Amino acid sequence: MTRLRLAVPTLVSLFAALVFGVLLLLVVGAPPFEALSLLVEGSFGSASKISATLLAWSPLLLASAGLVITFAAGLWNIGVEGQVIMGAIAASWVARVVPGPGWVVVPGTILAGAIGGAVWALLAGFLKTHGGVHEIFGGLGLDFVAAGIATYLVIGPWKRAGVASTSGTDIFRQEAWMPEFQAFGVGWPVVPVLLGLASVALVWVLLRGTLFGLRLKSVGNNSYSSFLLGIPTNRYLLGAFALGGALAGIAGTVQVTAFHHKLVPAISGGYGFLAILVVLLAGFSAALVAPIALFFVAISVGSTQLDLRLGLDSAFGGVLQGVIVLFVMFGGAFAARRASWSRSTQEEP
Amino acid sequence: MVPIDPRGALIVEATFNSIIAAAAPLIIASMGETITEKSGVINLSLEGSIRLSAMTAFAVAFWVGNALAGFAVAAIVGALIAAIIAYSSIGLKLNQIAVGFVLTLLAIDLASFLGDSFVGERGPRVPPLPIPFLSDIPFIGKVLFDHNLVVYASYVAIGATWWFFYRTKPGLTLQGIGERPEAAFARGIAVNELRFWYTVLGGAMVGIAGAAYSLDVKLGWRETLTLNLGWIALAMVIFGGWHPLRVAFGAYLFGALQVLAFQLQDVFPGVSQVLPIAPFPLMILALVFVYSPWFRQLGSKFPRMRNLLGSEAPAAIGTVFERE
Amino acid sequence: MALEIRDIHKYFGPVRASDGVSFTIESGTLHGILGENGAGKSTLMKILSGFYEADSGEVVLDGEVLDLRSPADAIEAGIGMLHQDPLVFLPFSVLDNFVLGSPGGIHLDRSEAQSELARVSADLGFHFDPAVAAGDLTVGERQQLAITRLMWLGAKVLIFDEPTTGISATQRVQLFTTLKRLAQDGLIVLFVSHKLEEVEELCDSVTVIRQGKVVYEADMPVPSETLVAEMFGKIFVQEDHASIETGAPLLVCRDLVLDEGTTHIEALDFEIASGEVVGLAGLEGSGQRTLLRACAGLIDPTGGTLTVDGTDLTGASYRDHLHAGVHYLPAGRLEEGLVEGISIAEHLVLVSDDASFFIDWKKAEEVATKEIDEYSIKGRPDSNAETLSGGNQQRLLLAMIPDEVRLLLLEHPTRGLDVESAAYVWTRLLERRERGTSIMFASADLDELLRYSDRIVVFFGGDIFAVRDAAETDGEELGYLIGGKERV
Repeated sequence: MTRLRLAVPTLVSLFAALVFGVLLLLVVGAPPFEALSLLVEGSFGSASKISATLLAWSPLLLASAGLVITFAAGLWNIGVEGQVIMGAIAASWVARVVPGPGWVVVPGTILAGAIGGAVWALLAGFLKTHGGVHEIFGGLGLDFVAAGIATYLVIGPWKRAGVASTSGTDIFRQEAWMPEFQAFGVGWPVVPVLLGLASVALVWVLLRGTLFGLRLKSVGNNSYSSFLLGIPTNRYLLGAFALGGALAGIAGTVQVTAFHHKLVPAISGGYGFLAILVVLLAGFSAALVAPIALFFVAISVGSTQLDLRLGLDSAFGGVLQGVIVLFVMFGGAFAARRASWSRSTQEEP
Repeated sequence: MVPIDPRGALIVEATFNSIIAAAAPLIIASMGETITEKSGVINLSLEGSIRLSAMTAFAVAFWVGNALAGFAVAAIVGALIAAIIAYSSIGLKLNQIAVGFVLTLLAIDLASFLGDSFVGERGPRVPPLPIPFLSDIPFIGKVLFDHNLVVYASYVAIGATWWFFYRTKPGLTLQGIGERPEAAFARGIAVNELRFWYTVLGGAMVGIAGAAYSLDVKLGWRETLTLNLGWIALAMVIFGGWHPLRVAFGAYLFGALQVLAFQLQDVFPGVSQVLPIAPFPLMILALVFVYSPWFRQLGSKFPRMRNLLGSEAPAAIGTVFERE
Repeated sequence: MALEIRDIHKYFGPVRASDGVSFTIESGTLHGILGENGAGKSTLMKILSGFYEADSGEVVLDGEVLDLRSPADAIEAGIGMLHQDPLVFLPFSVLDNFVLGSPGGIHLDRSEAQSELARVSADLGFHFDPAVAAGDLTVGERQQLAITRLMWLGAKVLIFDEPTTGISATQRVQLFTTLKRLAQDGLIVLFVSHKLEEVEELCDSVTVIRQGKVVYEADMPVPSETLVAEMFGKIFVQEDHASIETGAPLLVCRDLVLDEGTTHIEALDFEIASGEVVGLAGLEGSGQRTLLRACAGLIDPTGGTLTVDGTDLTGASYRDHLHAGVHYLPAGRLEEGLVEGISIAEHLVLVSDDASFFIDWKKAEEVATKEIDEYSIKGRPDSNAETLSGGNQQRLLLAMIPDEVRLLLLEHPTRGLDVESAAYVWTRLLERRERGTSIMFASADLDELLRYSDRIVVFFGGDIFAVRDAAETDGEELGYLIGGKERV
């Protein structure tokens, strides 16, 4: 019954978001149903499109999983975008300098990504716990610093031989690429997807089945009570930052070693910020993150088809994602308000 | 920072002139956000608001053939987004950071999507309007008074915000509702109504800043037009310690960095890409500085120094006020 | 002119905070409102000042029925309230605090405001530096600023809510002079307090409120015994005291100096024997919480030493105190005790000794089921803390106290609980005492203090006022002591 009561406003909101999307398409004079079916076709229409969707799903899963951890600790980790970038930079460094076969380099890039992301997140963490800088502003600032470092590396020390251009570094040597699995005539991003799903599973287990996760949740919900219960709250906050940052950093590794195969200035692909939307829509639940991330990434990948086939801007996907999250939040709030109204009127003598 | 040149004086003049012009939209936006945050609400959506309003301003001005119409609609767009944040926070008790963040991404993409067909078009622009006599003053005249209405509006925004905060009763009340809403309420002030309207006012100013970009500074619409202006404005408000004059100082400093980066890009390639991030470390350092025990000691010994160098956020910023 | 309160009702859920209150105060009167903690004084004053809307009833001023929906309405009608914690804007200057919210145009004429401030404050005998930040004023000065402001705005009725909490003795004298002056000038002054001596010294008439009702009205002077009896509403019957043999000293304070906000406790020499129960009495905010928090390691003493069971814990961290067997249960069950969104079973896991990384949920549920049964908690292992009633929250908190605890520090252990739950809580606490645990608890309930304590420490005005053996005192004496008076 409660599940149903929760589901109804969500479904109504989703429907309203869809209506909004259709109206928007009508406004720009696009055929709405063709456009929506292109979204599906563009993301799942062929083996190569499914592969591309899965490849995009992986970093989003990783970043979202990291955010579930930091949100559980009550933190607004807007620095996630920078953590993805620093992970990508660290992984690029390993890919560029570490010699040897793939089974050495690839794990090395993953580890480096995790460390890069964790360090960047811990910086925001220490700024919060020891510097009095709220994680929203610290994280936001560090996002831009990370983006600046990436740009600097691409056009400066790591520039392509002879040319300084923002199009990226040299392509990494093949051994540093995340291996693909060939089937149906296309390469499948098996390693990235496994990393992504493993991160969600890890977070789910941590929060559901471990003392660490329970304490984290306790700190996130009421840090003063938690302190009185004897939990070292700052240590747990920093732990959440480190873990969330590490997962975001691995998302960065995936971006450089499985997708671009080089470092580019906009390496994060916006997956950090998109992951915040995913986790908001998932209501901070690890279990819901995987399907919602897949849904969102399908919209993102599919919307590139709108550009190719209908001449529409691919940002339509982002609009749809934003409207869905906004409407679902509003739907929930309206439902909660109605519930409290009817409660208070019942209490009236 | 200025190359040695026989025409040095002219170049200095032109450089300062362009710093003033470059900072104008940033100033309007950060004054708007300062007003909003002083009242206790954080409008995080600035980056999205600015882009969407820049786009709609251009579109409207392009259709109507009148830049002023573009500014008017941009103000409405910025105000509407702000109204959504204010309502969802005050009325629906949603987290204003969450709503602001979602609206940021949504408005950015909406601007790209709806503005797609305007990319590359040429529209009306704000005409230059040197102020008679004043612009003839040597140096100062060229630097300060040989601009257009947008730049003059940025002066007015600084002066009016400062005057409003520190020289009017409603301005004092505005600060009160952001500092201690329960105390303001006890004095008979309608805290939530005021917060709503100040958020809307701030949003309208942010919208005007967006229009300034597409109709003045950059002329035309493309996605990367505003170069993180919204995020920078958020950083500037913090860097400036919620004080209009210090915020304006930060914005001019940033304008100077931008102009400098532009002039240095031939000498140090890459500097133009990296310098624009400067506001963000500055913002963080400003926050750490204000929090540091050193600053607190200084502040308790020399209150005047404290007021000059930095100040803390309005105590109730980002919180929801509910009467018991 | 007169202020009439007619049949005011205000319920918070099942709690009848105002249950048909009526009384009348003539102008020129300094009128005391007396009542113990939770009697309903504050609710009534908040209704008068527009903070709460009454469910029913009328407030009539000067023959006119007031429509009080917000503080703005009250101010408009000429009713001003001084809150216990003066509601000033700390970083703003005295002058800005003075003018903020005053009616009239846009223009802020600071020089005019400054001369007004000087005029009104001189009239009242106060002196301010208008440029100084309100945060740098003492509590007493902030209060003077608030009075000045309300007088400037033309208040006809002034409500003072426990105004002497946290101000110095000189400021108190000055405040009382002011209050008398204001009443002489024809204002209606309501003095809400629970300090007998002050009401006796100051007021022309008094209304005693108990459990949301007016139980007594009289012109002063009235014998103290009458006031005490009416405030607490019963003749205290001395219970047979279940005194037990107490052991060696467990908590030892030597020359302890504590400072927290306006509370200052000087050179406290104090011991609690193992198995002893010490009750802390006094008006809320008189220093009981400070002592409890200091013993829990949440406040560092500014002087002296604190040892528990021979271990010196002076200045040690909260966690060190925990390890030494000190356990603190604050008053805010859901704010400082339990965690919203976390279930009963999860709370018990959080405090269990089992520090293994993975949680054995089956075992956790068994433990929870056992504790729910043992402590008669109405809830399931997966019920979240916020879904439990206050009594059940307290039972859960009891279940979470570790077995080997040496010193239990409790704030209002039975506040808001029904009689049965309260009795149950004490049964469990006394069981622990049998095992040698010492208990120190703060309470506003004199019965509870007398019934369960071996010794009672009475706080007044931020310091310890008296210490009594529970067996040798009674409710009447405690009533005096809490009001800051020795029984004569």
